[in-house]
Amino acid sequence: MPSRTVTVGSASGLHARPAALFVAAAAAEPVPVTIRVGDRRAVPARSMLSVLSLGAKCGTEVVLEAEGEGADDALDALADLLARDLDADAPPATAPAGTGDG
Amino acid sequence: MADTLRGIGVSPGLAAGPAYRVAAPPRLGAPTPVADQDAELARAVGALATVAVDLTGRAAAAERRSVAAAEILRAQVLMVEDPALAEAVTDAVHSGTDAAHAIDAALAAFREAFEAAGGYLAERVADLDDLRDRAVAACLGRPMPGIPAPGHPFVLIAHDLAPADTAGLDPGDVLALLTVAGGPTSHTAILARALGLPAVVRCAGALDVPDGTVVTVDGGTGQVAIGVDEQTVADTRAAEQRRRQRVGRSTGPGRTADGHPVALLANVGSARDLPPGDDCEGVGLFRTELLYLDRTDAPGRDEQISAYAEVFAALPNRKVVVRTLDAGADKPLPFLGLPDEPNPALGVRGLRVAPQRPAVLRTQLEAIAKAARTAAAEVWVMAPMVSTAAEAAWFAAECRDAGLPVAGAMVEVPAAALRAGALLREVDFLSIGTNDLSQYTFAADRMCGELAELLDPWQPALLALVAACADAGQAAGKPVGVCGEAAADPALAVVLAGLGVTSLSMSARSIPAVRDALAAHTLADCRRLAHAALAADDAVAARAIVTG
Repeated sequence: MPSRTVTVGSASGLHARPAALFVAAAAAEPVPVTIRVGDRRAVPARSMLSVLSLGAKCGTEVVLEAEGEGADDALDALADLLARDLDADAPPATAPAGTGDG
Repeated sequence: MADTLRGIGVSPGLAAGPAYRVAAPPRLGAPTPVADQDAELARAVGALATVAVDLTGRAAAAERRSVAAAEILRAQVLMVEDPALAEAVTDAVHSGTDAAHAIDAALAAFREAFEAAGGYLAERVADLDDLRDRAVAACLGRPMPGIPAPGHPFVLIAHDLAPADTAGLDPGDVLALLTVAGGPTSHTAILARALGLPAVVRCAGALDVPDGTVVTVDGGTGQVAIGVDEQTVADTRAAEQRRRQRVGRSTGPGRTADGHPVALLANVGSARDLPPGDDCEGVGLFRTELLYLDRTDAPGRDEQISAYAEVFAALPNRKVVVRTLDAGADKPLPFLGLPDEPNPALGVRGLRVAPQRPAVLRTQLEAIAKAARTAAAEVWVMAPMVSTAAEAAWFAAECRDAGLPVAGAMVEVPAAALRAGALLREVDFLSIGTNDLSQYTFAADRMCGELAELLDPWQPALLALVAACADAGQAAGKPVGVCGEAAADPALAVVLAGLGVTSLSMSARSIPAVRDALAAHTLADCRRLAHAALAADDAVAARAIVTG
């Protein structure tokens, strides 16, 4: 089965914004792609909850797998996305304001 | 004819519009047997879709306010639309589980994985729990939990509001706040005054008002009319506009109708909280905790100097009362290294920390003195949690050593109020923190919603302690101010002025309404009302004397 091994490049890991971008990209591919960390169970790349559950951090090595027509193209596109730092253009976090009294 | 409810008005103003309730999270009962699995599956899938649509709408609404909040909501949409979730729910329903329990179980499995992963994901468990509550509510036909988002301005009804509930609140969408519990010092009241929203608390029956019902809210009298017609809505809005214009017109120093001055000051935590323009006579409470929060070591002298100087520079020739660090077991700061206490509100807090960590106070006083020399503001300093004249004397000596000529004590402990005269022999002024003074007078935890009635600042016992301080101030010829939430209540401000309080400090937004109320009464009126409020049997009767 075609596969790609890639290191997560996003500073915050495969969480939040990077995970959302990755899941959306996987869902747009014509073939189902799976993702796993090491020997652990492979999960569907288009499942936000499953991808988050991997707990992949920046620098974690993940394996993408797919089968069928277009599998190689899909894997290349998703591997390329994962290797990038998807946090780089993230918006700044907003700080909550508190109220107190005298 | 519209029905009427009545509560306690805690933030003045009139509002009219459709009301929506903040629902509690749904309770998941015992599993129910499933007769028709296809219908049950349709119900589960429909619930997930409903939540996805609702959250998508919220994300769009949040966009203009906070990009970060919108991203969290969009991530939640991806979760609820997750095919793996749908699959797990489908499997559970096909094995005979009802829709609500199927969703609960499917999300519980992911919850476990998130918790196991730890770190960032463990923090996202709250998002999963929120999704679960929403989807279960949709399954059971219950209202969606959390702050409603009808997509147009509305009156928000809740049992009570905690800071966490209101963090994501867009004040532009809320016309008024209406709660069943809470009190004049609750978070709801503080928030409403800070945002300038009318608010009524302790309004029994408010949660029975169906979502979308058009209501009017009077945050002054506490009157709420349910199911009003269009004409009433239009009249109410016109009256509010007139009120705002009137309040907006009044400027200048606080005084009664016959010209007796009562300084109207602002409570601030940093220069950012200062009112725009020139519309305040100074700062009556500059909380310095902001600088110290979330730090492992104390802020340095130079950092403090620049933060204080920023506030002083904005108020040339005006008074700025700086409260020294108010921390301790109740508001722990890591660098103080104080041990945990079984009863922090009664423990080492406020000025009581100073003898144990003298360098922290000394550095702060030096920084305040240095900053004061860079600007033309009139800088006064006061200590929190003073209980005895000896403590007041010790603090005053520390201030003078640092080169600060005007030192005062906060009155938050009944012992200090009862000995106000003795305190004033040691310090130059008193400032009454009514929130803590209520807490300690009534032995009622400020955070305990069920005790809100005891914490009502109209309680005659509290007013009697304020009167004792004001009398001592008059005898000594020294100022006595009030800087708790009580000062922001226009009707109570009239009573406080009548008791002899010389300044009122509040969130800047509350100043215009208080100025209006004072300007509508002569000093003799204020004294008569104060006398009657002191003699009232309870807080409700005391308030009724002034608000009618």
